[in-house]
Amino acid sequence: MDQVTAFLEATVRTATPLAVAAIGECVSERAGVINVGLEGAIMAGCFGAVAGAATGGVVAGLAGGLIAGAVVGIVFAALVVGLRTDQIITGTAITLGAYGATGVLYRVAFGTGGVALTIPTLTSIAVPGLARLPVAGPALFTQHAITYALMVLVPVAWWWLYRTHAGLALRAVGEYPPAAVAAGVATDRYRWLGILAGSMLGGLAGATLVLTVGTFSEQMSAGRGFIAIAIVALGRWTPQGVGLAALLFGAAAALQYRLQALGVSVPYQLFLALPYVLTLVVLAGGVGRARAPGWLGRALEDTR
Amino acid sequence: MGLLPYQRARWRAPATAALLATAVLGLLAGLLAFGGYDVRLAMQALARGAVGSPVIFASTTLVRATPLILTGLAVALAFRAGMLNIGADGQFLSGASAAIAVGLAFGRSLGAAAIPVVLAAGALSGALCALIPAWLRRQFGVLEVITTIMMNFVALYGVSYLVRGPLQEPSGVYPQSPALDASLRLPFVVPGTRLHAGFVIAVAMAVGTSWYLRSTAGGFRVRALGANPQAAAVAGRVRVARLGMRVFLASGALAGLAGAVEVTGVTLALYENLSPGYGFTAIAVALLGGLEPLGVILSGIFLGGLATGAAAMQREAGVPAALVSVLEAAVILGVVAGQSVLSRTPPAQAGAV
Repeated sequence: MDQVTAFLEATVRTATPLAVAAIGECVSERAGVINVGLEGAIMAGCFGAVAGAATGGVVAGLAGGLIAGAVVGIVFAALVVGLRTDQIITGTAITLGAYGATGVLYRVAFGTGGVALTIPTLTSIAVPGLARLPVAGPALFTQHAITYALMVLVPVAWWWLYRTHAGLALRAVGEYPPAAVAAGVATDRYRWLGILAGSMLGGLAGATLVLTVGTFSEQMSAGRGFIAIAIVALGRWTPQGVGLAALLFGAAAALQYRLQALGVSVPYQLFLALPYVLTLVVLAGGVGRARAPGWLGRALEDTR
Repeated sequence: MGLLPYQRARWRAPATAALLATAVLGLLAGLLAFGGYDVRLAMQALARGAVGSPVIFASTTLVRATPLILTGLAVALAFRAGMLNIGADGQFLSGASAAIAVGLAFGRSLGAAAIPVVLAAGALSGALCALIPAWLRRQFGVLEVITTIMMNFVALYGVSYLVRGPLQEPSGVYPQSPALDASLRLPFVVPGTRLHAGFVIAVAMAVGTSWYLRSTAGGFRVRALGANPQAAAVAGRVRVARLGMRVFLASGALAGLAGAVEVTGVTLALYENLSPGYGFTAIAVALLGGLEPLGVILSGIFLGGLATGAAAMQREAGVPAALVSVLEAAVILGVVAGQSVLSRTPPAQAGAV
């Protein structure tokens, strides 16, 4: 592989878990819920995946990640939707709690020894034919299964959000719930749905991390949940935009690795900071219009 | 925004906090028993590490509480005006960086004014870090949550750049800044301990903020803004957008000051992992303190003691110190869930001014 192909391959590989989590966050935010607990869901997914994979292999690992993400989602939704607590405070606490709980549980379950547990990892699958396309072929089509699943997930999420009644209802709940209520939409139920979808995809993102690296370490999610929130804003709250924005964040990280590997002395931190600065510019209206769902971060009217 | 349906009846905030603090210790004991640890041994280690002797209490717990009080105060102040500052971590780092940069560049030439100038530089830098989210909120209605999260990353990478670039120590081996001149170290206030003047500054800021919120017209406007922005604008003729922006900048300045105090009082140098998540813990500090500045002093000391006690617990009883963040999360969730259950009224009408 030449330099360009290697860079593109690393971009897609780095972007995959980010995009999985960000698509989840996108669905959740379209329902009006900003899930700061996504970072916690990813971390829980990491632990769920290592627990699953240590006993039942890669598939059990993925299932473990999804289940752990769902558990975090249920706690978050019960508080935020059920009790109408503030989304951001609750989400922050969920992340804090998940950092601590996964660290403690890992030590309790797998011991405190210095030897890191190793688990089976996802294997890359070369798609016959497509993988041999020049330059981008190997980058896009010699990845692991989650990347391919993601290539399906992005259009499916778009179709579901924009071409189904359920998707319309979910967006209405995020945009202007009083109208959704008037139209007979069960607003609570859609917020639950958005949160669960988001958290489970967060868990899957965590599982992807663990099943790529082959081991678990405390706080290995390394802020990806927060990056996903930035990606959703940069992608202007649409699945296709989120997919592209995730690639951009992936590219910044991949470029940084390549430059460091090549021994080029540039302040690589500036590359890493660049996507965040770009997101701020986009939010300020510098590049087209980016508008968050109208009811984002706000609790629903209390009808109890 | 409905951020604070916190019932601030005089007796209730301290009572709630005491109840929560007790519940946290109970939860800790429960988790320890569940994890199969020796509860007695662990709790004894925790107590020794946090309050084992006056010297330990001053040198570890109060020193650890100092940045927590200042960042907790930053969060509480923004909260009272109906805004959430979850960018305290970035503002803390930004303040620490500016303090180090100014201290290294001008520390020797400023003489007696050096320490105040360095601390002011930190506060100013923290406010600048809060300026972008505050301005985007005012101008475009962008949620401050999203922007402060992004500023946290920018600050993190900024520090990472500084300690490998312009501010790296002369040998160029370690990713950290050179140490500040000893003349810039905050003086110790209790002989024989490591308790530095930063703690006094933190307490003074809390007392000052409390006085401002309770007893001045400006403080009343801030509380009115937090309770009901529409009413504040219409009935109180409060210039909502401008006031909100100012409070957010003040909040950033407090978090920036925390960073400056930490580098002049404890580390004397800048490095990447300077903040073990103070920005998050600050939210627990603010909520446990009932969003009252004076309460924040006590909750900062409590959570500071918990953190230093947990470190001792890990050393002596092998209990992972990560347990502390579970307890902090429990504090936050306990407060928000408790409020929701207790006050079954829409938030906008529940916040008492």
